[in-house]
Amino acid sequence: MKKLIIALVALLPTLAMAAGGGAPTMKAPIDLTDKESLQNGAKLFMNYCFGCHDTRYQRYNRVARDIGITDEQMIDNLIFTGVKVGNLMYNSVDDEQGAKWFGQTPPDLTMITRVRGTDFVYTYLKSFYADPERPFGVNNSLFKDVGMPHVLQSLQGVPTAEFTTDADGNRVLVKDEHGLAIITTDGSGEMSDDEFDIAVRDITNFLTYASEPSKLERQNTGKWVLGFLAIFFILSYLLKKEYWRDVH
Amino acid sequence: MLTNIVNWIDKRIPMTETFNKHVGQYPAPVNFNFWYFFGSLAMLVLVNQILTGIWLTMNYTPSGAEAFASVEYIMRDVEYGWLLRYMHSTGASAFFVVVYLHMLRGMMYGSYQKPRELLWLFGMFIYLVLMAEGFMGYLLPWGNMSFWGAQVIISLFGAIPVIGDDLTLWIRGDYVISGATLNRFFALHVIALPLVLVILVFLHIVALHEVGSNNPEGIEIKKPKGSVAPEELSKFTYHKQYSEKYDIVDAVPFHPYYSVKDIMGVVGFLFFFCAVIFFAPEGGGYFLEKPNFEPANPLKTPEHIAPVWYFGPFYTILRVIPDKLMGAGLMFGAIVMLFLLPWFDRGTVKSVRYRSTAHKVNLIQFCICFVVLGILGTKAASPLNNFLGMVTSVGYFGFFIALWFYSKNEKTKPLPERISH
Repeated sequence: MKKLIIALVALLPTLAMAAGGGAPTMKAPIDLTDKESLQNGAKLFMNYCFGCHDTRYQRYNRVARDIGITDEQMIDNLIFTGVKVGNLMYNSVDDEQGAKWFGQTPPDLTMITRVRGTDFVYTYLKSFYADPERPFGVNNSLFKDVGMPHVLQSLQGVPTAEFTTDADGNRVLVKDEHGLAIITTDGSGEMSDDEFDIAVRDITNFLTYASEPSKLERQNTGKWVLGFLAIFFILSYLLKKEYWRDVH
Repeated sequence: MLTNIVNWIDKRIPMTETFNKHVGQYPAPVNFNFWYFFGSLAMLVLVNQILTGIWLTMNYTPSGAEAFASVEYIMRDVEYGWLLRYMHSTGASAFFVVVYLHMLRGMMYGSYQKPRELLWLFGMFIYLVLMAEGFMGYLLPWGNMSFWGAQVIISLFGAIPVIGDDLTLWIRGDYVISGATLNRFFALHVIALPLVLVILVFLHIVALHEVGSNNPEGIEIKKPKGSVAPEELSKFTYHKQYSEKYDIVDAVPFHPYYSVKDIMGVVGFLFFFCAVIFFAPEGGGYFLEKPNFEPANPLKTPEHIAPVWYFGPFYTILRVIPDKLMGAGLMFGAIVMLFLLPWFDRGTVKSVRYRSTAHKVNLIQFCICFVVLGILGTKAASPLNNFLGMVTSVGYFGFFIALWFYSKNEKTKPLPERISH
């Protein structure tokens, strides 16, 4: 009887859970402690993304401090809008202008990895492919018919996806065993495939940092807190035992 | 010196007297088990919510234009703001975890039965206010799920015939969820509801101490005066309010015995609580939902609007009923059933340990249904999920109805005279 109950209890929630799941993504090989990667990511982000996207919830000087550069380096190399180093990171595109150009305002990216996930951002940046039917000449295999141009094309070269026709005669993307589109480049970019992967990784790393700048501090503090509580628990148990000795 | 100060105060306010009556010389059954930690833990979380809430309020801006950014300001620019925010957001979920376990304890050991009906009712009102508090607090970060979650829940009131539309307008203070809604929810969340909550918790404890604590055996530790042989009496000193009226057996004074035990419970709880705060503050997307990391956007509906997990069971009941009014009615009905539990149960044996197999099975099926309803509430609707939701909704309501029938002439085991320990 007891076993049956336990089995039922264990089974029912699993049944209810057996649903959901999104599009397959690649695992982003990021490392928040890698300052060099964060700096490179910040540089790439400011040069290729920030023209249209804000990261309006973070400040330049906080970013400088966290990725390991000085305020002066930040001002000289990464602030393009001429604002003070303590300012929030707004770009110079008006929201309404952005909406006019792209159909909708390019979203703020401060917390994009918390909304979409780190792996999504990494995979997304690697999923552009040439599609002459789209306004900017590119489409994205992870985010179909996205309104964004392939801003990293000068680095990656022109990416091409493999297509096939399905039973109904529609043109569909060929997917590999992980469910990902097969995309190759023509070699016209400034970077090799490996270099491009690193660039995308660094941008993703930077955006993951930006989504929660206190993450490393949080985890580091957490170890001490849990260690303290573990010791305190033993002491509190011994204290309880000592008091209860005269009851039992 | 200290004695003089205490004497000085005691002449003016009954400090020592109150402490002894409710803490130092309060008779608590000797056999409290694991399940009895959750009452004190709920108090701990309440204090956590109030304190972190006060500090969050210092930097939060309750306006449609600035609320979202002010939360990120707290997360980034306020010293340890991220900690305050995560303590508060995790605390909200932890509150419901401990309250649900606390309620389950009451159901297992019949702590709602006579003479503790009012104690149970105060507890239920606390739960109700807590749900309102959680719901209103969830709007304040002004994320997209805040917005759409509130949109869905408030629109439920529109299902009420005749006054529905006017009522939703009155709740929102606007034709859509807006800064006006945010402001009134802020006012209710930071002052009105917490005030009610604290008063209700006070009444809950006053009622508890009047009728005395139940225990896992479901038998009384206060025997009629003169019915117990002197050597059988509890060896501790209790406040005369209790010891003059009753013979007290199998008890210990709450302090220091349960105060030191509760410290252990608190530390154990804090370990898990802090593990979430420091290593998984998003709670896998259940404590802080992904769409809530982008600002409220009336033009962009999240793919799947789900209420926070603790509303899951009731949301599922609402959703699986095809008729909106009936769904809303049953959803509120599900909570009313809980309120009426002391009257659905017509039995006299309290603890599940001495009740019939039928009751044990019924209680277990209720727990399973409640958990499954909760999980379904966070999932997208599908034919299978709807079917499961129907079945478990029937199980939920069925618990109370079956209880009413079998509890009248239930085959129970004989109760022991005394708590063995």
